[in-house]
Amino acid sequence: MKFFGFVVVCLVGGLLLYGTADFPDWGDPDSPASTHLSDIYIEHAFEQTQVPNIVTAILADYRGFDTMFETAVIFCAGLACFLLLRDFKERKERFYRHVPTGVILHVKNSKKALRVGRDFEHIDKDWIPSDLIIKTVCRILIPFIQIYALYVVAHGDFSPGGGFQGGVIFGSSLILLAISYDLKILVRRIKEKVLGICAAAGVLVYVGIAAICMPMGKSFLDYSALEMFVFDPHHVRALGMLGVEIGVGIAVAAVMAIIYINIVSEGRHDEGL
Amino acid sequence: MGMTDIIPLIVAKYNYWLFVVLMMIGLYAMIAKNNLIKKLVGMNIFQTAIILFYVSIGYKSGATLPIIQNVHEGHGHAAIHAADYINPLPHVLMLTAIVVSVATFGVAMALAVKIYQRYHTLEEDELRMRLSEK
Repeated sequence: MKFFGFVVVCLVGGLLLYGTADFPDWGDPDSPASTHLSDIYIEHAFEQTQVPNIVTAILADYRGFDTMFETAVIFCAGLACFLLLRDFKERKERFYRHVPTGVILHVKNSKKALRVGRDFEHIDKDWIPSDLIIKTVCRILIPFIQIYALYVVAHGDFSPGGGFQGGVIFGSSLILLAISYDLKILVRRIKEKVLGICAAAGVLVYVGIAAICMPMGKSFLDYSALEMFVFDPHHVRALGMLGVEIGVGIAVAAVMAIIYINIVSEGRHDEGL
Repeated sequence: MGMTDIIPLIVAKYNYWLFVVLMMIGLYAMIAKNNLIKKLVGMNIFQTAIILFYVSIGYKSGATLPIIQNVHEGHGHAAIHAADYINPLPHVLMLTAIVVSVATFGVAMALAVKIYQRYHTLEEDELRMRLSEK
């Protein structure tokens, strides 16, 4: 298999390298990709949409229909992880640690969670004690990461950023919480139901904003129909895009957390990593 | 072709060659590696090569990132030249492709977890053996 793979790789790679001879030079301003449509976007996007970040303007307005289904793809990925892995059976083995003495109790075959006193904590099977520095650093960092994520979503029209990026940053802050403490903390803070509702609500916000345009007499995703809902009709497309990006951000953040929680705990949502 | 001809060719095209090499590393891992997780890592390297390829297609020498500047000074409308800004379209496409690749990687990992739960291995040859036993 290794030899076969090497031969295939050499053949394909050789063909591709041969193909690059016909490619435009790197950074050539007159390359085919950078002429026809790209010029129209760059020259007219700002006057048509009032959004300085052309990437956001294309993502949420010119190609808004495409982005809507990208969001749906991400939602489906979260749904697939849930359906593949979710296991509602509880683990029978449990570990409790007596905090003052450090003695660990191993409970086998318990049907329900034991009711334990305040001196005990429910710990993972592979619990490691020496993580004070990590916990402290992450506790300080996580709020700032989350505020930065909100900034990236909100400022996506004017600077690099947008719903996908902000959503991923927010989702990674949730994952950092689970890594630095344990999965139980994350699952206790944000319930599984909330995550699922957020993932669906994000997609619904997008589709909803797109669909509201139709009863207003414009076509699907034509944000100029939303004029009567906003205070600043001149920037109506920018505000429509912001609403759509917020929806994308909510969906992406929730799906990142759903995927992580389901994979590390093998769908049990109790312990892992 | 003499030596003097080949150097400008290398300078003009070396980015594509690097992406082809990276892509072939990913393809080799997908074909030849025995472990399913290593195959997935190969798939991610392959995707990264394609993402880099698209982003580099959008580059124009001497241009800046596609965010219109000086919009608040009032004369932003007339002064926009396409040559001053890099091509935004590949960035849009890859922006969504990156997030979708993370999501699909998550689904692939979920499938790998399921396979491990059932067969207690992620090595391809052992999996094939288990499957042929039945």
